[in-house]
Amino acid sequence: MKKPSRRDFLKIMGASGAALMAGRVGAEASELHQVNNDTLGMLYDATKCVGCKACMSACKRVNSDYGSLAFEQAKFDSDGLWDAPQDLSGSTRTLIKLFKESDKQWSYVKYSCMHCQKPSCVSVCPVSAMTRDKVTGTVDYNKDTCIGCRYCQIACAFNIPKFQWDKAIPQIVKCDLCKNTNLAKKGITACAEVCPVGAIMFGKRKDLLEEANRRLRESPGKYINHIYGEKEVGGTNHLYLSAMQFNKLGLPVLAEAAPAEFSEKIQHTIYKGFIAPVALYGTLCFVALKNMKGHGKHQENENKEDSDHGA
Amino acid sequence: MGHDEYQKHDAKILTPSFIVLLTLTLIGFSLIAVRFIKGIGAVTNMSDGYPWGIWITYDVATGTAIACGGYAMAILIYIRNRMHYHPMIRSAILTSMFGYGLAGFSVMVDVGRPWNSYNFFIPSKWQANSAMFEVALCVMAYTTVLLLEFLPAVLTTLEKTEWKTLQLLLDKLYARMGMERPERIGERLDKVKEVAAWLKPRLDKVLIFIIVLGITLPTMHQSSLGSLLLIASTKLHPLWHTGFLPLLFLINCMFIGYSIAILESVISCYAFKRPFETKELSGMARIIPWLTVIWLSVVIGDLAWRGQLGAALSFDFYSRFFLLEFGLVAGGSLLLFSGRKRESIRWLFLSAALIVLGGALYRFNVYLIGFNPGKGWHYFPSLAELMITVGIVAFEILGYQVLVKILPVLPKLHTRQQLDEAAGQAVAEKA
Repeated sequence: MKKPSRRDFLKIMGASGAALMAGRVGAEASELHQVNNDTLGMLYDATKCVGCKACMSACKRVNSDYGSLAFEQAKFDSDGLWDAPQDLSGSTRTLIKLFKESDKQWSYVKYSCMHCQKPSCVSVCPVSAMTRDKVTGTVDYNKDTCIGCRYCQIACAFNIPKFQWDKAIPQIVKCDLCKNTNLAKKGITACAEVCPVGAIMFGKRKDLLEEANRRLRESPGKYINHIYGEKEVGGTNHLYLSAMQFNKLGLPVLAEAAPAEFSEKIQHTIYKGFIAPVALYGTLCFVALKNMKGHGKHQENENKEDSDHGA
Repeated sequence: MGHDEYQKHDAKILTPSFIVLLTLTLIGFSLIAVRFIKGIGAVTNMSDGYPWGIWITYDVATGTAIACGGYAMAILIYIRNRMHYHPMIRSAILTSMFGYGLAGFSVMVDVGRPWNSYNFFIPSKWQANSAMFEVALCVMAYTTVLLLEFLPAVLTTLEKTEWKTLQLLLDKLYARMGMERPERIGERLDKVKEVAAWLKPRLDKVLIFIIVLGITLPTMHQSSLGSLLLIASTKLHPLWHTGFLPLLFLINCMFIGYSIAILESVISCYAFKRPFETKELSGMARIIPWLTVIWLSVVIGDLAWRGQLGAALSFDFYSRFFLLEFGLVAGGSLLLFSGRKRESIRWLFLSAALIVLGGALYRFNVYLIGFNPGKGWHYFPSLAELMITVGIVAFEILGYQVLVKILPVLPKLHTRQQLDEAAGQAVAEKA
């Protein structure tokens, strides 16, 4: 038998390693995604919000059938008088919370999908159930395609997609900017429409940014000088202004690079044009066939020697 | 490469361990029924913060690595050209087949809307950016490949079978119903035998291409199992979140594969009272430290490059799990560098067990322990969740136990001597 060399083995290891290393080099070369400011979004101004939760009830009223939303009962409320969600959930797409640091320092905050410019959930969904509309920028979910793997939940830096854990036929629940309901009928999201104090502004991202910058300029002492969502994870269409540190309000401190770009670059380079896997298969076939042949010959020789000896 | 290298293990099927495993399996599967009736939340502690629990972490991410024995053996035999290990491959493939098949099954239990899975086969729904898409297709393809690789064992049996048990059963059945057994059945059974005999040589001819596919596919999806967590850059602890995740997962599955092949061989030889395959195992054990040294170097080099060595040695919660994982793999490998320890079944077993534990802990660290979705989220599997995993593992062992007794899977004992000689020769050549 051929003397087996460690080199053969290391070669294979090297080849797969090289493919991955190439990924890292190629990553820097590929183009960055473009931010599209003509897409739709919302600007939430925490300093204006009075915490009336009209947006929450409007969201449920408008989207309950289409978005599979339901009222959540509080423990103390045995009569079921109020809708009392504790957090975003499989029944609730948007939520107002109060953060109270002291009696004088407090702020409301509204949670809902950030509609990222480069959404992680869309990048990781294996069956394209999460999609981002190229024109409106809306990140939408299609339950008829979804397999329920919950990779979108792992991927989302804001923990937005929620799963219906208590249902036999569950789905993911998240804001779709009233795409098929209020937006289609009235041209505005339900939450922005009902807000009595104008804390939620609906519009194109460029207009929202302009307005946010104007507010920052005109009342510099009022706000933290930062538009949350302008740069975070490659930019989001849901933007925030606040008088309080954003991470205190449950909005995490995030880098400007979209996580999806990092993962896609590595994945793309390994599988670019499917060349690496095919090359790997070809090489391995060649080696294996050679080895099999070598082995066959070896056996034949042995048999021959045996019969020679016999003769 | 004949099929006569293998034999059935002649022993009773209904052993006490069979009963225990069957009970665990039944408990697990009834809990799975509850999951489908009442929803995933009814049996698990998973939450929107920890949407992947023990099922994905153990059954899929770790279970498929533990099922990499077939992959590691195939590389050893066909690529590294160590044909004298060939008699050991069938049992390795059988365990891989169960490991992967049941990982696929676990996924179907875990996902919320399994009836939509057909979308994986609809090109317009394909999503090449998703590592999950790649993993799903590759695992499905590899499970099929494993079935094909195992098919010769089934065909050989079909070819030679006399259908004794079936005949007896049919006779009883027809006698009970007071009818005569129609001739047709016998003819049909003969037909099956003919088809098996016709198919076997044809399958043999293309088998090598299937085997090589069985090496390519795990290389792809095992690295992609690492890629799955690349996206979670804000949630996975920096000790584990690195661009090298795919490479680390790939090497990790290889050393787990060889180690598990050693463990399986030792355990099955012990359980089935067969002589230990010491020579083959010590030969295989030579490879492991090389793989682990590469793996450990990449881990350290990467941590140093990203400036995380301090975090690794900070002895906080994450650092401890990291050091444990690192120590288990390094400790097991150190033992294997000693030639004398490699000759001893006890030491082989111990070191392989350490490496499997360390390698598996690495995967747990990446998928669960190092994963932190933010304040307020906690996860520890519920009893029902654990019992479902236990049930699936029990079913795996049960299936292996039964199949080696009805199909020619284990190495034939009378060729063992030749094998030992061949292995001895190879060692002598090396020296």
